[in-house]
Amino acid sequence: MTPALLEVRDLRKHFPLRGGVLQRTRAWVRAVDGVSFDVTPGETLGIVGESGCGKSTLARLLLRLIEADAGAVRFNGEDVLAASPARMKRLRRDMQLVFQDPYASLNPRLTIEDIVTFSLLVHGTPRAEAAERARALLGRVGLDARLHGRRYAHELSGGQRQRVNIARALVLDPRLLVLDEPVSALDKSVQAQVLNLLQDLKAERALTYVFISHDLNVIEYVSDRVLVMYLGEVVETGTAEALAESPKHPYTQALFASAPSMDPERRMERLPIAGDPPNAIDPPSGCWFRTRCSFAMARCAETPPQSVPVSPEQMVACYLYDAEPVPAA
Amino acid sequence: MAISTAVLEAEMAAVTPMSYWRTVGWRLGRDPTTLVAGGVLAVIVLSALLAPWLAPYDPAAGSIRLRLAPVGSPGHLLGTDEQGRDMLSRLLWGGRMTLIAGLTPVLVAFVVGSTLGVLAGYIGGLTNTLIMRTMDIFYAFPAVLLAIAISGALGPGLANTVIALSIVFVPRVVRVAESATVQVQGLEYIAAARASGAGVGAIVRHHLLANVLGPILVFSSTQVSLSIILAAGLSFLGLGVTPPAAEWGLMLNTLRQSIYVNALVPALPGLAIFVTSMAFNLLSDGLRDAMDIRG
Repeated sequence: MTPALLEVRDLRKHFPLRGGVLQRTRAWVRAVDGVSFDVTPGETLGIVGESGCGKSTLARLLLRLIEADAGAVRFNGEDVLAASPARMKRLRRDMQLVFQDPYASLNPRLTIEDIVTFSLLVHGTPRAEAAERARALLGRVGLDARLHGRRYAHELSGGQRQRVNIARALVLDPRLLVLDEPVSALDKSVQAQVLNLLQDLKAERALTYVFISHDLNVIEYVSDRVLVMYLGEVVETGTAEALAESPKHPYTQALFASAPSMDPERRMERLPIAGDPPNAIDPPSGCWFRTRCSFAMARCAETPPQSVPVSPEQMVACYLYDAEPVPAA
Repeated sequence: MAISTAVLEAEMAAVTPMSYWRTVGWRLGRDPTTLVAGGVLAVIVLSALLAPWLAPYDPAAGSIRLRLAPVGSPGHLLGTDEQGRDMLSRLLWGGRMTLIAGLTPVLVAFVVGSTLGVLAGYIGGLTNTLIMRTMDIFYAFPAVLLAIAISGALGPGLANTVIALSIVFVPRVVRVAESATVQVQGLEYIAAARASGAGVGAIVRHHLLANVLGPILVFSSTQVSLSIILAAGLSFLGLGVTPPAAEWGLMLNTLRQSIYVNALVPALPGLAIFVTSMAFNLLSDGLRDAMDIRG
């Protein structure tokens, strides 16, 4: 088995909620709570979940844009969270992030070319060479460097901006690309173009993707393996096929049921998920999903379920699949 | 081959890169209101600068026989004041004082306020609390009251007026700078710059300041007219420039008793204050529109 390019172990980030005159911490939001996974070189790991389940926080934790409270992130065997500033700067060349918002992610005062060149200049590439590489890459992502390079972000369409975003992330020649909802802000036809571009780039540059999205159709299309998140926890992992064919966790089932499928054979009879996710500040006891789960048992309120394998390529954290005999629901 | 190159060059010229500030300048030059306001200001500033050469008389020398000559008197185009001093000369010289007292505090506030505000916004935490709460103390007083109190404590004089007004305007600029910094800092392009490995210096220089200084500049420019009025007001109250120096607010003060004798002459310094502050207001409006290049 190939060693993992990215290893994440028990990663945790709780945000304090402060209030009152003295700014005392009143409560904690459990944005990411004990997430572990591996990403092997060349694969695309999809991370899916509702808004507010901690996907974007996870992306920022991986790249150390925010500091984790506990846990470990190892890139190519190296501890990212303990890296010195100099080492971190070097590591940043290898792991890059594509942002969600094509508007807020581009500096309105810089030209497109300067936006892409900036990262190279930071790492000491001479200006002429940096500009050369930026132009080449802009061409590769489908922009005309001569036509668009000297323009400002506001003069470009959403899809073009997202291409700039991709070019900026790729200009440092990273090995790992974390994509935080890269196509969510785009309309369907542009989504398809950008997704195909990402697939092509991945093949050309031997990239590894961590692809975050709330859109199951997109996740299914791009991912080799999928990780389903609910309130900062991983409830199910598996290959994209296994998950699509037989989602095991009630939450995953509900997600698939609520996603409009293109395939009439795939439409399920099960009711889509009901209600809102519980407050991450004050989660329910035991399994956090039990308040919305149609299979909830007495046991679910007691202790949170552990992740158990249901097949060689699928793990699920639910008592329905735990080894212990389950009383009929 | 030569033709295709020429065509390409032409195409590139069509999308010629204009630096941001050149674009703003170009847009300013196309706005008629801004042009008029700028023209009026240019005349006022030039005439103040050239006062020693333009003024027909010594602004401090008067003649009792010629008190309160009406506008259009022979030899005194804009009449004379209550001590028989030439109004035109005094208005020209007074413009210097008023402009210095009005512009310097805003300039000081722009430099000091941006620095403090960007620091507070960028560092956050305790630094932010310290800077912002200190500013809040000054902010708690109405501007006029604060200016009067500080001037009163420091005593009259041009330098003290500038100090007092700077203290009035610094907190305002700090607030705008801080909120602009906090807002920009939360945007994804700052996170992207950090993800690329850039250090604090590079991020502040290339990504933060470029997006924060614009709004601060526009806000500061709107404060110029207020500063001119406050400076004139302090002089009017006897807290600013001291007689016999000419300053528009001071002239308004000394002439107000003569308003029933000759209404037009006492109105002249007021008119000068009004036109100057109006021109600054219109100019800052134009600047705001021109800097929003997305519009």
